[in-house]
Amino acid sequence: MTALTIERDIQARRLPARAPWLVGAGALAVSLAVGSLGSGPSVPAVVALAVVLYAVTLYVLSRAVEGPRRATDRLAGIAVTSAFGLAMIPLVSLVWIVVSRGLRLFSISFLSTDMVGIFGEMTEGGAVHAIVGTLLVTGAAALISIPVGLFTAIYLVEYGRGPLARAITFLVDVMTGIPSIVAGLFAFALFTLIFGPAYRAGIMGAVALAVLMTPVVIRSVEEMLRLVPNELREAAYALGVPKWLTIVKVVLRTAAAGIVTGIMLAVARVIGETAPLLITVGQLNQMNWDLFDGRMMTLPVFAYRQYAQGGVGIDRAWAAALTLILIVMALNLLARLISRYFAPKAR
Amino acid sequence: MKLNRTKSFGTALLAGAMAITLAACASNDAPAATPDTGSTSDSTSATQEPTSEEATVTLSGTLTGAGASSQEKAMGGWIAGFGDLHPDVLLSYDPIGSGGGREQFIAGATLFAGSDAALKPEEVEAATQRCFGGEPLQLPLYISPIAVIYNLPDLEVEHLQLTAETLAKIFNREITSWDDPAIAAENPGVELPATGIIPVNRSDESGTTENFTEWLAAASNGAWPHEPSGDWPLSGGQSGAQTQGMIDTVSGAVGAIGYADASRAGDLGTVAVGVGDEFVPYSAEAAAAVVDASPAAEGASDKQLTIELDRATTASGAYPVVLISYSIACSVYDNAEDAEKVKAFLSYVASEEGQQRAADPSVAGSAPISGELRTAVEAAIDSISVG
Amino acid sequence: MTVGTPPAPVAAAGPRAADRRTGSHVWGGRVFAGLSYGSGILILLVLAAVAVFLVVQALPALTADPTELEQISWFRAESLLGYVGPLVFGTVLAALLALAMAVPVSIGIALFISHYAPRRLAQGLGYLVDLLAAIPSVVYGLWGALWLIGVLDPVMTWLSSTLGFIPIFAGYQAPAKNVLTAAVVLAVMILPIITAVAREVFLQTPRLHEEAALALGATRWEMIRTAVLPFGRSGVISAAMLGLGRALGETMAVLMVLSPGLLFSFFLLKPGQHQTIAANIAAQFPEAAGLSVSVLIATGLALFVITFVVNFVARAIVARRKDFSGAN
Repeated sequence: MTALTIERDIQARRLPARAPWLVGAGALAVSLAVGSLGSGPSVPAVVALAVVLYAVTLYVLSRAVEGPRRATDRLAGIAVTSAFGLAMIPLVSLVWIVVSRGLRLFSISFLSTDMVGIFGEMTEGGAVHAIVGTLLVTGAAALISIPVGLFTAIYLVEYGRGPLARAITFLVDVMTGIPSIVAGLFAFALFTLIFGPAYRAGIMGAVALAVLMTPVVIRSVEEMLRLVPNELREAAYALGVPKWLTIVKVVLRTAAAGIVTGIMLAVARVIGETAPLLITVGQLNQMNWDLFDGRMMTLPVFAYRQYAQGGVGIDRAWAAALTLILIVMALNLLARLISRYFAPKAR
Repeated sequence: MKLNRTKSFGTALLAGAMAITLAACASNDAPAATPDTGSTSDSTSATQEPTSEEATVTLSGTLTGAGASSQEKAMGGWIAGFGDLHPDVLLSYDPIGSGGGREQFIAGATLFAGSDAALKPEEVEAATQRCFGGEPLQLPLYISPIAVIYNLPDLEVEHLQLTAETLAKIFNREITSWDDPAIAAENPGVELPATGIIPVNRSDESGTTENFTEWLAAASNGAWPHEPSGDWPLSGGQSGAQTQGMIDTVSGAVGAIGYADASRAGDLGTVAVGVGDEFVPYSAEAAAAVVDASPAAEGASDKQLTIELDRATTASGAYPVVLISYSIACSVYDNAEDAEKVKAFLSYVASEEGQQRAADPSVAGSAPISGELRTAVEAAIDSISVG
Repeated sequence: MTVGTPPAPVAAAGPRAADRRTGSHVWGGRVFAGLSYGSGILILLVLAAVAVFLVVQALPALTADPTELEQISWFRAESLLGYVGPLVFGTVLAALLALAMAVPVSIGIALFISHYAPRRLAQGLGYLVDLLAAIPSVVYGLWGALWLIGVLDPVMTWLSSTLGFIPIFAGYQAPAKNVLTAAVVLAVMILPIITAVAREVFLQTPRLHEEAALALGATRWEMIRTAVLPFGRSGVISAAMLGLGRALGETMAVLMVLSPGLLFSFFLLKPGQHQTIAANIAAQFPEAAGLSVSVLIATGLALFVITFVVNFVARAIVARRKDFSGAN
């Protein structure tokens, strides 16, 4: 915010730069004192009290010295920052729990063995079959839904009007609320109708996940495309660039970062699905590379079934959860690199 | 662009109507007992590269089952053990629940099923059709005691002693505190805490709940006013989904009481239930005792070894809170390969080795079947043929 | 949209126009438009097929006699509506509680990242939030069931004992498997999603608007209020709807942290009062067969209706304020 440096000269009466620090220290001291007076201080209570004291004191001070507008500004700053801090508590704890519990069984052998011959309280065995299954099924789902979703979003934003566009919008809206197990049932019915009741394959799960994933892709990509200023499009048209090239070269590239975020959200939405995969893909304790034939293990199913069996299975569930997060992280990183490559360079 | 929202309703309906034909086909998802021979053999021919040439002894191909999740841990042991004997068979079991397991078996999607309840008469009929005219097999191969578990870490005795009548009142929320005189009377000399009782039930429909409520209804002298049911009859209380959810919930609060597969009780206390004049803690032997003392169920035959558990038994040393989970298969398959694989697998499960493996407390802690029952089961398995 | 010709309904066939020389531009345009158009049609067909599949599957339950429905062990209501009603209530209650907790906080985080945090820190934080948004829901379920319930117990005990005179906080019973816990899990789950989209939108605010506001002497907050928030409004609503959609349809996390019950109840801390549609389907489906499957799918249809109404309202709000949208 370069402009902020200018405004400092315009307004004369301001709190000294160290005032917030002093107030903060004071608030913390007071709340510690209050906390120790009571029935033994608990960390969350002390911190909460300190933040409230800090906000109130600074607001009053600032209002007296700098006037109401700056006071509100400071209050908003505190609110925004503490919202951030508040949200970090559960999120950091989540990561911490998954990492600390997941590491109990997480090892190279967990990542490289399957569950053949493993039963009871044996701590050996691993999830490589589930990792492969998840990558195959989710990959196939993404392969179906990303192109379809992307083009549909382009249609809705750039081409669509009239009843067809409205019908699509309507159905996409409704479909974002499809319960995941229902998507599983749909895929199950579809495939058993074509291939007979005994057919089980990874592709069934991929179709179920694609049904869940496509609406999310459409909704988030659509939103990102709408944010691309019309001026850019009009400038391109004025230069004689055809519409489709404008979309490819200008619109998609401008929105690239957002589109990638949206697609990653969609992948994350489905990569952890359990119920539809259990119905369609089933489970298996060994490796199956063939997406079109036979049952497959997937990480979420592995994690949930291991959790459901209790005992050492709970440790395996955490390790599988950790693996799942690591996979998603790696995918995310990859996606960011790709989007950086496509995004317009000048900023 | 979105000014005419109201119109979109009509458009969508129109679009829906256009797609009706498409979906009308898609709706016949449960093919009513028309065994598609083509697809069944499909699943067997779907081997992962048959490496060794089939010398009639080595079985290969896939063997699929689905059903009750109660059998899941035992099945883990059986799959491992069977894998040692027949490494080329790709055996899998989807723990999708008893209802789903029976449905998929009847539809011909799986070669065997696991179910906490016997087939209903109309299901037997459909299963006969699926089995190419042969009677379905129903074998009680997984017998597991259900423990009444409680979370009272400061209690000094090993097992709290409670009769079915007292337990019924506890679960019916008539007895609400652990130091209630009714509980004290059954536990002389035990110092009971004044903690409130938190009854916990299974939130999903389950065979465990059905067996537990059956026992409460039969053995509590009318203190349990509800019908036996797979779904817990009372609402507004604590509950957990699946066995692990039950364990988590009971572990989560001091004073909680629930019921779960005995092998999963872990550190929680377990109740010795009143049978006749004595109090019997759960054990594999005590569970097997009640099964042996129980008569065959209505409709049972030498292939359908269904058992009507004698819940109100007063036999000494019997533990009547027991879950029987059946292995359901066909007596007739349409090809030799399927028949041989199912035969081999069920024989292994029924064998002493298979039953002992499941009985291991670290696997499933089930009660091994008695020699008498094994003879009957083996005879039934031997009857599997190719039709 | 004023420039460009309306799309010709071209069949989505032929190779992608790899050649971008001038002569193939017309071709490329046709193929591209055709692909977009074809995808739209495909989506329409697939989604319509899913919808109709559900209606057909639910039909037996919708037309069944109440006496038939009573055969289902878990069906204790007078009619189908009586069964679906509490489920709808529970679903909406849990999702709205989650949304009420998550939206203000996520807007705060998004603003912090886009306009408050130092630039270098902001990039790292943005990445962190993206990662958190990508955590699969089964992990949130494990976290909720095995960790959060224990942590919330003292908080809820305190809440119930000090504020218990307010009915909604009365009657807490340990362990903390009540609708408020479920809502907290859902809120934490949708927080990163809403934040990720909102941040992306805030960052897209035209720099000129922001600098104009600052040049007029606005404080940072006033600049945000007058330039950033109005521009991002539609995006934030969209993000919230995305989050709401996930909260409404979440299965495993709710299944693992909630003691269900089918009541119209506002006791947020009592167990066994509420249940959500998706969790109910997942809980009862394994043992269901025949008519009970139809009943469960009929409840799924109800979820559709809720989602549609919610989205309809959201779109109406966005449409009224679309002056800032780019492609209108």
